[in-house]
Amino acid sequence: MTESNAAAETPRADANLKLTARNINFFYGQFQALHGINLDIPTNKVTAFIGPSGCGKSTFLRTMNRMNETLRNTRVEGDLRLDGENLFDMDVTDVRRRVGMVFQKSNPFPKTIFDNVAYGLRVNGIRGKSILSDAVERSLTHAALWTEVKDKLQKPASALSGGQQQRLCIARALAVEPEVLLLDEPCSALDPIATLKIEELLFQIKDITTIVIVTHNMQQAARLADFTGFFLLGKLIEIDDTKKIFQNPGKKETEDYVTGRFG
Amino acid sequence: MMMEISTTRRFVNGFMLTLSGLCTVLVVSVLFFILGYLLLHGASSLNWDFFTKLPKPSGETGGGMANAIAGSGKVLLLATVIGVPIGFLAGVFLAEYSGKTFAFIIRYVVDLLNGVPSIVIGIVAYALVVRPMKHFSALAGGVALGIMMIPIAVRTTEEFLRAVPNSLREGAMALGATKAKTIFTVVVPAAISGLTSGMMLNLARVAGETAPLLFTALGNQFWSAGWLAPIATLPVMIYNYAIAPAEDLHQQAWAAGFVLLTLVLVINVTARLIIARGPAGQRR
Repeated sequence: MTESNAAAETPRADANLKLTARNINFFYGQFQALHGINLDIPTNKVTAFIGPSGCGKSTFLRTMNRMNETLRNTRVEGDLRLDGENLFDMDVTDVRRRVGMVFQKSNPFPKTIFDNVAYGLRVNGIRGKSILSDAVERSLTHAALWTEVKDKLQKPASALSGGQQQRLCIARALAVEPEVLLLDEPCSALDPIATLKIEELLFQIKDITTIVIVTHNMQQAARLADFTGFFLLGKLIEIDDTKKIFQNPGKKETEDYVTGRFG
Repeated sequence: MMMEISTTRRFVNGFMLTLSGLCTVLVVSVLFFILGYLLLHGASSLNWDFFTKLPKPSGETGGGMANAIAGSGKVLLLATVIGVPIGFLAGVFLAEYSGKTFAFIIRYVVDLLNGVPSIVIGIVAYALVVRPMKHFSALAGGVALGIMMIPIAVRTTEEFLRAVPNSLREGAMALGATKAKTIFTVVVPAAISGLTSGMMLNLARVAGETAPLLFTALGNQFWSAGWLAPIATLPVMIYNYAIAPAEDLHQQAWAAGFVLLTLVLVINVTARLIIARGPAGQRR
């Protein structure tokens, strides 16, 4: 993994690296929220970002699908590549189709369960009825929700429980077959059982998609992630094998945080 | 000393409570007085002929206002077709696209338009439609009422779209939806019950307008064919009959007032019910 002192030169396309970030700075108006972030996201692995609130981990996550561009008065600098291609030169809807996102608070649309999952396919121009229903079943299966909802696909999504709604949002994101799935504290509003279900399904789907997850729960990062990055005050302190981060971190700040001395 | 203050306070408190209570009773009783008075005079003059027959020539008794009921329907339909789409789309722009300063200006202008006296709006429609066509028409009436519907349509749309949580917009855009697609496939459907009822209340508000119709739709003693001929409407019919020098026509005006008020109340109550039932998508 690349450390923050990694060479700032532009990396070439590498089949093992899905996303590469070099010198990413981000500004909310005058406030600089990210300072020179350098890191690589390996293909089909789970990468977790940890750090105290306001450290910039969510901001960085939202940079990776250019979601921050929907906010007024923000600015991003640096080089961000998806499969070696400059993310900021790509069509933004194309970026968001290839890099899916699941939010902290589940946000099902006020539509039926079926229409929620099919939404991403429909806006991307897919219409065929059998294609849609196949994709809906496949996505709900991946999200470990199919058996619970298969008899009520035409019911409103709002009728589902909190944990089910979040799994529905994961299914909705998976339906467009994203190459990367970004999750922004997806379990923070869920009870431990619902959390466990989501962790299990993330473990299952890392074969089909690269996962980046922001979490406040360090046990969750330790359980799920192959690699873990620690953010503090808008800087990436270090990123390494999860085991190393939690057992033998390279930096004093990381050690203080993972051992609970602050944060 | 303490006792004195306390007594004064208690007196002021009692006085203010009584005063505000009386004013509340007054407000409510005005509505019930109007309702009761209309019911008394209107309902007694109401019969089946009122809904099925044309007005009789002056001097003869009987007849009805079937043409005015249909005419009001046609003019209100035109007003909706003109006012709602314009106001709705402007409201979408206001809520979803415009910057802060620009939104402030638009909102201010819209509020000013809302404050323009209805008779002035009538003059505008007269200048825009009646003058070029050289005759009064249902279309001109529809344009006048349509313009009157625009401000409320804009503000209702803006208000209900702003109430849709941003997380839904982000959710849709994160799936690769464009902004326009997000608005029309997620945001508007999420606000649809509020939008529908807002537009209905808007319609109910202009249904009773008389002044802008006097020199646009004008009036008609007979059935009006198509959209380009002068047309009878309930409010104008009430106006004409109420100032006419015949007791029979006064009775007809009462009946028309009763019918119009009932219509407005029905629209109002329906709109409130739609709001109370919540977003349409969540029922489906």
